[in-house]
Amino acid sequence: MTQLHFDSLAALAAEAEAQGRPISAVVLTAQACTTERSEQALYAQMQENLLVMRESVRQGLAPGVKSASGLSGGDAHRMAQSLEGGAKLCGPALSAALTKALAVSEWNAAMGRIVAAPTAGSCGILPAAVLSAEETLGLSEHACVMALFCAAGVGMVIAHNACLAGAQGGCQAECGSAAAMASAALVELCGGTPAMTLSAVALTLKSMLGLVCDPVAGLVEIPCIKRNATATAIAYACAEMALAGVESAIPADEVIVAMKRVGDSMPAALKETAEGGLAATPTAQALFRQVFGEGTQAAGCAACRACR
Amino acid sequence: MNVFDIIGPVMIGPSSSHTAGAARLGRIARALLGQRPVRADILLHGSFAKTYRGHGTDKAIVAGVLGMAPDDARIRESLTLAEMTGLAVQIRPGEIDGAHPNTAHIELWGEGGAHISMQGASVGGGNILVTQVNDLPVELDGAHAALVVVHLDAPGTIAAVTEEMSRAGVNICNFRLARAEKGGTAVMTIEVDGMLDEVVAARVRALANIRAVTLLAPV
Repeated sequence: MTQLHFDSLAALAAEAEAQGRPISAVVLTAQACTTERSEQALYAQMQENLLVMRESVRQGLAPGVKSASGLSGGDAHRMAQSLEGGAKLCGPALSAALTKALAVSEWNAAMGRIVAAPTAGSCGILPAAVLSAEETLGLSEHACVMALFCAAGVGMVIAHNACLAGAQGGCQAECGSAAAMASAALVELCGGTPAMTLSAVALTLKSMLGLVCDPVAGLVEIPCIKRNATATAIAYACAEMALAGVESAIPADEVIVAMKRVGDSMPAALKETAEGGLAATPTAQALFRQVFGEGTQAAGCAACRACR
Repeated sequence: MNVFDIIGPVMIGPSSSHTAGAARLGRIARALLGQRPVRADILLHGSFAKTYRGHGTDKAIVAGVLGMAPDDARIRESLTLAEMTGLAVQIRPGEIDGAHPNTAHIELWGEGGAHISMQGASVGGGNILVTQVNDLPVELDGAHAALVVVHLDAPGTIAAVTEEMSRAGVNICNFRLARAEKGGTAVMTIEVDGMLDEVVAARVRALANIRAVTLLAPV
């Protein structure tokens, strides 16, 4: 087997094609080699991550989830209750995924135990995609654990060639990368080819390109939680297209580089500093004062001018 | 970088830098103290000072001081747990000149009379950097096993310490020395690959000019 450096998705897919194995299996074997640990040990650790994800969905769906700031909580429960009578627009897989993404993100904001995937701010997307696919398609736990290796391989290439942090590349780098990882996992769970997996990654990242990181009051709540849900929907939409044979005109590796360049040219105000975007709106300033007390001033106050 | 840097760590939310990293800073302070803490004075700077309530940074640091890991579900109740276990906690937001935006200064007193002060920053993704121990500059990332050696600035001391590491077959991956003044108190921070055991620490402790040796496991 050629040495994998996780610097190119094309190389990763080519290796999988050459071996006649899914991307997940290639990632697992390569990682066992570089970390000098057995495949069984790596698998067991990833299985543990899946268990934590499962538990975070369960906890986040319970009534009464509330963040320390009081700004978020309860929407996952609301959504789940509404869906009991069936979704009004989406099918069962997507509506379950939206609910799970809200659940994990709200549980994170409420100081719950989660798996950063790849970050805490984007922790709802991958579990939502994988666990609702498991539920609606009747997949085995083994398939889900392996799908996480596929997602991790995609994440490693993005981290190598761009970045995963909102502070560095905006929300496109954080929730965008998580969504790209989730769509790759979904394609593999549905038996898609490595080429389809790359199409899904490219289509997903393209849809998230340019999204800014503008947390209200600097907290991982507004708009992060709902963006976890919508990013999951994009992952589903792009995986569906890729599985139908829809290809991206721009290859995944080039989309990743484009994402990095867009992130580099984003002003600091739109990269997790809470100085721009939604964080600089009058309502966000009012929420800031509500959380941190009257007389305090949010970082984005200079930009807003609402009270002058 | 490996798959668990991408999918992981398992942590208590909401923020890898403001919560998970903060817990690790508290945990290192506790390890440096080396005994059960009875009093903790915590100064928060920059973004830590502005957003600690919303991110639970205060709870995370105190949880770390109580010995909890960043994925311990009890982090949420750490302030109550501190009160129940006899740890007096004072938290105040403030300014530390020139410090990284996510910096905490932690001062601890132990039940056996020990006292330490430590300053460190949460530098992103749950990674940390301890920059001061007892007002002397250090460099510790908490990801490696390390020895913090407080000693008298005297010729041959570094050679004697590193000789002990060499005898134990330990590979040093980061070494930093700082001293208050020539011939005064100095501190070595030595980070190593793999694990370090108490035998090495005890041998270093027995050397001439050594005042204190703390063995730190990765946090």
